Amino acid sequence: MTGPLLDIRRLSTHYVSARGTRVTRAVDDVTLSLDQGQTLGIVGESGSGKTTLALTLLRMLPPAARVVSGEMLFEGSDLLKKPEHEMRRIRGKRIAMILQDPMMSLNPLFTVGDQVAEPIRVHEGTPRRSAWNRATELLKAVRIAAPETRVREYPHQLSGGMRQRIVGAIAISCEPRILIADEPTTSLDVTIQAQYLNLLRDLQRSHNLALIFITHNLGIVAKMCDQVAVMYAGRLVEAGPVKQIYNAPAHPYTRALLESIPRLGDGRQRLTAIDGQPPDPSAPPPGCAFHPRCPKVMDRCRSEAPPEFRATDTQTSRCWLSAPAAR
Amino acid sequence: MAGPVLEAKNLVKHFPVKRGLLSREVAVVRAVDDISFSIDPGRTLGVVGESGCGKTTTAKMVLLLERPTGGVMRFEGQDLQALDGGSLRAYRRSVQAVFQDPYASLNPRMRVGSIIVEPLVTNESLASAEVRKRLLRLLDLVGLPERAADLFPHEFSGGQRQRIAIARALSLSPKVIVLDEPVSALDVSIRAQILNLLRDLQAQLGVSYLFIAHDLAAVAHMSHTIAVMYLGKIVEIGPADIVAKSPKHPYTQALFSAALPSHPDERRDEIILAGEVPSPLAPPAGCRFHPRCPHALARCSSEEPQLLHESGHLVACHLYPK
Repeated sequence: MTGPLLDIRRLSTHYVSARGTRVTRAVDDVTLSLDQGQTLGIVGESGSGKTTLALTLLRMLPPAARVVSGEMLFEGSDLLKKPEHEMRRIRGKRIAMILQDPMMSLNPLFTVGDQVAEPIRVHEGTPRRSAWNRATELLKAVRIAAPETRVREYPHQLSGGMRQRIVGAIAISCEPRILIADEPTTSLDVTIQAQYLNLLRDLQRSHNLALIFITHNLGIVAKMCDQVAVMYAGRLVEAGPVKQIYNAPAHPYTRALLESIPRLGDGRQRLTAIDGQPPDPSAPPPGCAFHPRCPKVMDRCRSEAPPEFRATDTQTSRCWLSAPAAR
Repeated sequence: MAGPVLEAKNLVKHFPVKRGLLSREVAVVRAVDDISFSIDPGRTLGVVGESGCGKTTTAKMVLLLERPTGGVMRFEGQDLQALDGGSLRAYRRSVQAVFQDPYASLNPRMRVGSIIVEPLVTNESLASAEVRKRLLRLLDLVGLPERAADLFPHEFSGGQRQRIAIARALSLSPKVIVLDEPVSALDVSIRAQILNLLRDLQAQLGVSYLFIAHDLAAVAHMSHTIAVMYLGKIVEIGPADIVAKSPKHPYTQALFSAALPSHPDERRDEIILAGEVPSPLAPPAGCRFHPRCPHALARCSSEEPQLLHESGHLVACHLYPK
């Protein structure tokens, strides 16, 4: 196969109010690509559109949402043009997702085995008995102790870390090409989080998965990802290789975000805070959405939204400071 | 002032588990089991640990929301058990709290001004002009505009709501503020604002903090002293930079090595712990950490280690003294 595994081009998803009078540009003109086996981190604050982007990928948007423009090429074909019955064969099989809260994503009335075996039976038509055997193997793969007994238990009998690993087992059960993890570890303790992130990395290596991490935690991106995309008010403000962006962020928002985080070992120095608040996604400021909080704001930023510039060969930035003339 | 504002000695909290018709006590949850700490005026004690380690129970005991099963707590040298009536009210005034979720901790039907001065109005009989004067000063302290007083909580963002909660906690000029995960519900770009505000207020007003959070870097950043808890016990306690930079207890080492890096080039030797935290209903014998400890010795499973001095702070582990 040539070209990237997933290629998102100028994608926009808007939420339209019931009367059609209010439009929220949740995802606005986003261009991204992802190669096989790569890890992409999508970082942003609440309301920045990162979850809407993930839901658009799986075409699981709520009724009020409209995909207004763009293309999403997965293995060369546009997911937005596929009929619903073909999408059903992709969801959970080719592209799988892990959600934030494992208690919400597991059904309390079914055993772990039933839930892990379900996608295998649905997507591959495997008979119940052998699907259950696969489920036991999958529990072993996500390092659950005594999988033969756990497979017959219900979600409430498991700890939070174990539940999240079960969700992981369901996600990889049909050997997907892309795994989307939406804040997968926010409900877990620090040491359990470290266990889970290492597990995801091992699964990725053994299955040659492409991983998409949706998170607000820059530490997870630093630990796990090769590529990072920073979202602000629905737009992708900066994207590129993680090391490059952490060393030399081009967009003032990325820079401010990286500087505002307390680091272990920096003592009790004062933090560099970002003034103001993230904008209301239904009424973002005109021009560049970050301009009211930007330390380097110029006149142009207040009226004109910057297009995507190439800051370096591999790094894009939506900031007038990255415009070829300004550099 | 000499001596700590708040001091806990051998503090214990057990919750009975009752079953059956006669509510027979079948077990006890040892939520907090014999811990001692102290907070000096104008200083911050950070408490870290995973869920179920007893850090919230400790905070509740400091706020007198739970009565300790055993042990002594002293506030400015006075035993809290001995307080009654007026002195108990005085204690409750001096110790305030800011909680995790500013969406849940502010009454949506009250105006922000009334929320902030409510503790003042109930505790002190002041003329309304004086109340207004104090309100404006509090708003100014936490960086909110004057007109905020007439608005409702839903008109504010998470970070601003947390400022309102802080203003309310400050309204009675407390000596100690319990901060239970004060920034974890906030957006990343807002957290630094609130942490800076808390630091400025401490420098300005000399208030002490009991800071509870699971974000280790934030605790290390805010605290003068850090206490690490595991299953109801303090396993390590000492000056923040020593505990954060050169932890001695294997659990603290694992905890800090599992903290997320702030830069992709930052590679730590990760110590990945096996298994999960055991139930506090039946904590392991000996050292409570021994089933997960990578350095467990034979005596760890039978003999409980005491908190002993080790390179400038206290550690409860049989590996020391070396």
